[in-house]
Amino acid sequence: MALPKEYDDLPGTVVFDADQARKGYHLNMCLMSLMKAENRAAFKKDERAYLDHWPMTEPQKQSVLTRDWNGMLQLGGNIYFTAKLAATDGLSFQQIAAMMTGKTQADYAEMMLKGGRPPEGNRSKSEWKTRG
Amino acid sequence: MARIVAGVATSHIPAIGAAWDNKKTAEPYWQPVFRGFERSKEWITKVKPDVCIVVYNDHMSAFSLEIVPTFAIGCAAEFPIADEGWGPRAVPPVKGHPELASHLVQSLVLDEFDITIVNKMEVDHGLTVPLTLMFGQPDAWPCPVIPLAVNVVVYPVPTGNRCYMLGKAIRKALASYDKDLRVVIFGTGGMSHQLQGPRAGLINKEFDTRFLDNLTKDPQANVRIPHLEYLRETGSEGIEMVMWLIMRGALDDEVKEVYRFYHVPASNTALGHIILENTQA
Repeated sequence: MALPKEYDDLPGTVVFDADQARKGYHLNMCLMSLMKAENRAAFKKDERAYLDHWPMTEPQKQSVLTRDWNGMLQLGGNIYFTAKLAATDGLSFQQIAAMMTGKTQADYAEMMLKGGRPPEGNRSKSEWKTRG
Repeated sequence: MARIVAGVATSHIPAIGAAWDNKKTAEPYWQPVFRGFERSKEWITKVKPDVCIVVYNDHMSAFSLEIVPTFAIGCAAEFPIADEGWGPRAVPPVKGHPELASHLVQSLVLDEFDITIVNKMEVDHGLTVPLTLMFGQPDAWPCPVIPLAVNVVVYPVPTGNRCYMLGKAIRKALASYDKDLRVVIFGTGGMSHQLQGPRAGLINKEFDTRFLDNLTKDPQANVRIPHLEYLRETGSEGIEMVMWLIMRGALDDEVKEVYRFYHVPASNTALGHIILENTQA
């Protein structure tokens, strides 16, 4: 029996641990291949064909094709690998962060300028539930 | 003997590297960030270290999920700059100090820290952004750099206490080196930030301020912070602050804070920076 994970209570957060790393191994390694210019070019030319070279699950491939940034994380992706896909798309960390929070880029940037998301009300899943 | 004269901690936010490389340092958004390091640049020019040990984390640029070393020391003569998806940063390659790096590995492993030896490695923004902030844009970095990569990406990551003890072991290792060298150790990453998921953008100024204060006032209070507290209070990427504790552990018990800078936001992150000097000459 696996040890219980104390961090499962964090709202809106996937902690990338050894279990997630195993689940997302091929997804992440595929995204990592985008560090090479020639691979970025091949990916842009035919994304589906590029993804089909990797033994990933269909939902993982769909999450990449639809740029479901949160979905990729749920399926074992890690932010530093998905960031390489973002860079391939010409997007910054802040742009994908905005998308993951469901805010517009302008609203997210404004929240950061005002000091960011406060820890109050964002420490536990129970706090997000009561907020609705 | 080699000895540590000072410790520098700084965030290593990639957007800062991009702002520098794209000549945006005078833009209103970035200007305060770079102004915050002007005094630090003057300081390090005066300190003139012979070697810098830079504690940082690789962001899945050199390492991958194939092998995830907890602590890895770069023993190569040169470390090329990684292409993180935008093309490599146009900064000088990083020259190592293979002789001192091998000595560190030798001493640390016998001291029961099981260090991974790395003889070929590209370095990413985690290492190059702190160099840019402290040294600007020279044709070559002014001194050799020993990269010390820490896994803070795949849980379980090392505890704050383990990091602090590693710092102490580094200090001991330097003392047995046969050449006189003045070393500055960098702890990089942090402070509070979360890059991922619906909770992205979390910032905790109160936590960060206390962490900065306790580097001089009560380092043990920082050392005792458990992983869950970092995750809950400082966002999923705030855990990078354990790397600052390696830097802190390598210094004297008593240190003097000579400079501090804190700024929100730099992209998604609370930028924290501090310079600590050893008080015993």
